[in-house]
Amino acid sequence: MLPSYLTLAAILFCIGLYGALAKRNAIIVLLSLELMLNAVNLNLVAFSKYGVVPALTGQIFSIFTITVAAAEAAVGVAILIALFRARGTVDVHAFDRMRR
Amino acid sequence: MDMFAKIAWVIPLLPLASFLILTALGRSYRTAGVWIGSIGSLGAFVMSLLVLLERLKPNPVDYSNGFDWITIGDYTLTIGYEVTNLTSLMLVIVTLVGFLVNVYSAGYMKEDERITVFYGYVSLFTFSMLGLVLSDNLLSFYLFWELVGVCSFLLIGFWYARPAAKAAAKKAFIVTRIGDAGLFLAILLLFWYMPEHALGFTMIESVFDNQGGTITEGITTLIALLIFLGAVGKSGQFPLHVWLPDAMEGPTPISALIHAATMVAAGVFLVARTFDIFEASEAAMQTVAYVGAFTAIFAATIALAQNDLKRVLAYSTVSQLGYMMLALGLGSLAGGIFHLFTHAFFKALLFLAAGSVIHAAHTQDVREMGGLGSRMKTTAWTFAIGALALSGIPPLSGFWSKDLILAVALEENLLLFAVALAAAFCTALYMTRLFVLVFLGKPKQAEERTAGAKESPAVMTIPLIVLAALAVAAGFVETPWNGWFGHWLTDGAGEAHGSAIAIVCSVAVGVLGVLAGWAIWGRERGAGEAAATLAGRAPGLVRLAERKYYIDEAYEAVFVRGLRGIGAVLEAFDRYVVGGAVKLAGLAANAAGRLALRLQNGQVQTYSLAAVLGIIVIVLAVIGRRMLS
Repeated sequence: MLPSYLTLAAILFCIGLYGALAKRNAIIVLLSLELMLNAVNLNLVAFSKYGVVPALTGQIFSIFTITVAAAEAAVGVAILIALFRARGTVDVHAFDRMRR
Repeated sequence: MDMFAKIAWVIPLLPLASFLILTALGRSYRTAGVWIGSIGSLGAFVMSLLVLLERLKPNPVDYSNGFDWITIGDYTLTIGYEVTNLTSLMLVIVTLVGFLVNVYSAGYMKEDERITVFYGYVSLFTFSMLGLVLSDNLLSFYLFWELVGVCSFLLIGFWYARPAAKAAAKKAFIVTRIGDAGLFLAILLLFWYMPEHALGFTMIESVFDNQGGTITEGITTLIALLIFLGAVGKSGQFPLHVWLPDAMEGPTPISALIHAATMVAAGVFLVARTFDIFEASEAAMQTVAYVGAFTAIFAATIALAQNDLKRVLAYSTVSQLGYMMLALGLGSLAGGIFHLFTHAFFKALLFLAAGSVIHAAHTQDVREMGGLGSRMKTTAWTFAIGALALSGIPPLSGFWSKDLILAVALEENLLLFAVALAAAFCTALYMTRLFVLVFLGKPKQAEERTAGAKESPAVMTIPLIVLAALAVAAGFVETPWNGWFGHWLTDGAGEAHGSAIAIVCSVAVGVLGVLAGWAIWGRERGAGEAAATLAGRAPGLVRLAERKYYIDEAYEAVFVRGLRGIGAVLEAFDRYVVGGAVKLAGLAANAAGRLALRLQNGQVQTYSLAAVLGIIVIVLAVIGRRMLS
């Protein structure tokens, strides 16, 4: 059973990675990040159930991850709103202030 | 017994203490500067005098003491002091002239706002000169030698706002450095070849005195000549004499102290101190004698045509130092040191009197002076005594010392005797010229300027009177029929050089010189007219002497231009090759930076992509290694 979970998680992670690296809309980038986090969660749960040494730690850890992800999403969206107010766009290509 | 010799080390420390106090006080304590400087030098003088008096007892024993300074392996460098007849005599000369100059400067430098700094420098100079005199080995001698050079630099450039003073200070420093390099090489050679690397004067004396083949003759000659190069630089001998006349840009008391009586005598003193090395090498002695004789006549002829009061005296100093070298080169230690002794007094006197004149007349050009004798009686009389002593008119001190040198020259080498006589004639001639132009005749300045010319204050005239008395009396320690001085100085080796021919010749050229000078420049003829007639008769010669034989120009053309040329080449190399390489490195870094700048486009996504690619590479590498192993 473990390989199917891991494969699913890897596929999800890659989709998320692609979205985070390639999408121009900042909201989609944020969503992709969530996707990657959830892929990791899937891994954690899968290992906690079917791993070599099954334990509850993985599931508890994934709950922590979900909590942190929720907080991160809140902060990320808040930053996005502030950015939109300041720049009038959510296109990530417009945010190149770090160049200077 | 020898109580004062034991505490001789205190002597240099007194001026050093005044220097430190004056430096700590700063500029505001004007009168304090005068008092502290004078008291320091007076204390040193009194102690030196006590040391000298102690040495005058029959059979004095040389006293030396010191401590280990540096120990490297089994070689120990000591630093210490040594009291001999020669050093005790030098101590008295330096401190006496130093003290009188201190007193004199209280009047001369009164208006200068940096008078405290001046006294500080003078004290530092006195300290270094006394340290030099007392040193018991060549290395500490060299340290003080350099310190003396630094003080000379500081004092020549004392009025550093004047470009001429700055240039003269630099020139003096650079020219004497050439000689210093020679002395340093000599010390290195001595260190290398001396048994146990000893550098003490006593050791040098014992090694070279009985040459047991420890050091070959060639090396001895080389060492002697290198030491002499140092002496040439410091004592302004040809061809390194060029700095001394320029050094007259400094304050006049300094000209008297450093560039007439003490520092320039350091070169003569050096040769006298290491005399055994010279005596071991015939060639070196010959060189010293011929360079000295040539300098004596060469500088005397230049002095004939100079118009700057102090420059005439400066060339006269160069010429008299040549005399001393001549005496040393002919093997007469007593003759050289005796002339140094008398010369210190009458030349300091002449310079201080000249300073008094300059102080009153506000000019240094003798063509603008005249008739000052009636206004400045003390200065005129003392100057006359100094001039007569320098000209070698009996019974003044200069006569006796010059006569001794001439007598030695007559015994040793007729050619050098003739040259020395000619130089003596020129000396009498230019001193007469100087005296006539400055003190006699009618004032040539505008009325309002001469009106201010009056006798200098007592603080300036009293040193003149003291020095004049010494210039009269100092010669009697050694006369043709009484060789006491030479006997005392060389521990019984010297004898009186009585020679009727030398006395007659010496008196004759002295008197002839004065008379000829009187005939040319004296009477009621104007100086300009006399100079014109002389220039009319021999225009080329006068011009040649006036331009100092174009030595400065020749040095400018050969050394200064040559060095500048090399400097330009080196600078070009530095600018284009070395600098080019540096610039290339900078440009390469810049280009690399520009390339990296392309990558930095501000897009977080690009950065993340780079990070992901990096991780992929790492992962692939790890996997690859696993698979290979």
